[in-house]
Amino acid sequence: MVSPAENAMPAAGREGRVKVGVRDLGILYGAERALDGINFDIREHEIFGIIGPANAGKTSFLKAVNRMDMFNSEMTVEGTITFNGLDIRKVRNVYGLRSRIGVVFPLPVGLPMTVYDNVALSPRLKGQNEKAELDVIVERCLRRAALWDEVKDRLSSLGSMLSGGQQQRLTIARALSQEPELLMLDEFSIAVDPVTTMRIEDVLKELKSEMTIILVTNLVQQARRLADRTAFFLEGKCVDVGITEDLFTGEVSDPRTRDYIEGRFG
Amino acid sequence: MFEATALNRRNDRVQKTFRLALGGMTAILILPVILILGTLIYKGGPVISFEFLFTGPTQGMTAGGIFPALLGTIILVVVALLASVPLGVAAAIYLSEYAPDNWFTRTINLAIINLAGVPSIVHALFGVGAFVIFFKFGTSILAASLTLAIMTLPVVIVATRESLQSVPMAFREACWNMGATRWQTIRRVVLPNAITGILTGVILEVSRTAGETAPIMFTGAAFFLPLLPQSVFDQTMALSLHLFVVSTQVPGMPEHLPYGVALVLIAMVLLMNSASIALRMYLRGKKKW
Repeated sequence: MVSPAENAMPAAGREGRVKVGVRDLGILYGAERALDGINFDIREHEIFGIIGPANAGKTSFLKAVNRMDMFNSEMTVEGTITFNGLDIRKVRNVYGLRSRIGVVFPLPVGLPMTVYDNVALSPRLKGQNEKAELDVIVERCLRRAALWDEVKDRLSSLGSMLSGGQQQRLTIARALSQEPELLMLDEFSIAVDPVTTMRIEDVLKELKSEMTIILVTNLVQQARRLADRTAFFLEGKCVDVGITEDLFTGEVSDPRTRDYIEGRFG
Repeated sequence: MFEATALNRRNDRVQKTFRLALGGMTAILILPVILILGTLIYKGGPVISFEFLFTGPTQGMTAGGIFPALLGTIILVVVALLASVPLGVAAAIYLSEYAPDNWFTRTINLAIINLAGVPSIVHALFGVGAFVIFFKFGTSILAASLTLAIMTLPVVIVATRESLQSVPMAFREACWNMGATRWQTIRRVVLPNAITGILTGVILEVSRTAGETAPIMFTGAAFFLPLLPQSVFDQTMALSLHLFVVSTQVPGMPEHLPYGVALVLIAMVLLMNSASIALRMYLRGKKKW
């Protein structure tokens, strides 16, 4: 039996630079513990899956990586998270950190502005105001998110009026406009039809060559299709972490992982 | 197969009774409005003319127009807004977007809501003490407008705060996650979507301010002035006080004149309320989520 921490050590032939390092991470909301004793490394250019039932602490983990605890006085983070080797809690310029991390939420959040403005928002926040430059960025990001063909004729209509699946691709385009080093997706397919889900999954496979991706999902098979390595969260603990195929072929350190993957609970 | 049962019939009867009762209440509510407007238009309508609106009162206010009072009311409201809107909106943004949710913030919010319930005569006396005497503005447009501003502040703050809080939290979070500062989020996402509510609140406030009498009576509005005000340190006439004066203080007043003044005051308020509704409808058409 291998402990999660040991399992997190680079496996032979799969070595890559550590993008996000997590050491003894714990998260509390008030006195209530959401996450406890999390240890693993997320490497560059991998898709790192996080699976687990509701209330396992998956979303809290993403919030901690993006330092969103600063906006919630109830939320306390223990332990350390490193990004490119730097402790994110020692980063003075949190805006710089967040702008390197793209986030996609479970329910698509099309901001109540035009499709164009949605994608141009992040470059504009960074001071890019030249129309020609923005046009290029907007088209590139919408193409990459597989949305360009559907919206190219209505870039000036409201982003919040698109269909659910289109809005979710719009939020992905918006995240890509940040030119992120890390893309975090939180159960992105909840409000999306199966066809769109498959299209987004194809997009993610392509994006892997340019960025690191954390994929939180409650669809076990989605993790199997996409993730290089997967962590299994249960009741605030990381029960298992390892190469995805190993987990699915039964090489697990905890029997509960197998039970969850095979659909016996959760 | 769809025959009405006894229960169906009873439900139907009850529903018809309630529709009648609720409709009747609404009719009773509308009746006074129609009566007031009807009387004013019937009795005051004939007085209204270009001359009435744009000349000053003559012969001890028993003849001539109301121009100084009309202009005075507009000046008072504009100066009051210049003071209360920036202050109120700024405070509301701070309370809604920056202030931590603790007992201190909640106390401030409670104080603001209570301030809205203070009678206008109390605001008037505060205005006399603070602006006329302490700040030595004397009885002037400035003192009267600032008194009106203090009175309207809580409503501006509450209206602004409520429209800010109607913007979903998810929009702010999406923006913060991109690395936007709080202010960037407010300017790019929150304010554009709250502006409708803020403007509506402000305009409704204007219409209330225009009709107030007590706060300006001791602080800057005059019974009668032969000349128009030259600066904010002069006194001015105002429609609301003028109406009070011509209705009760001047002997030998022609019957139609006070009705004319009241009609102009009400028309001004209605005009601004309609503008507010039109603006709201226009902006709502552009906002969807």
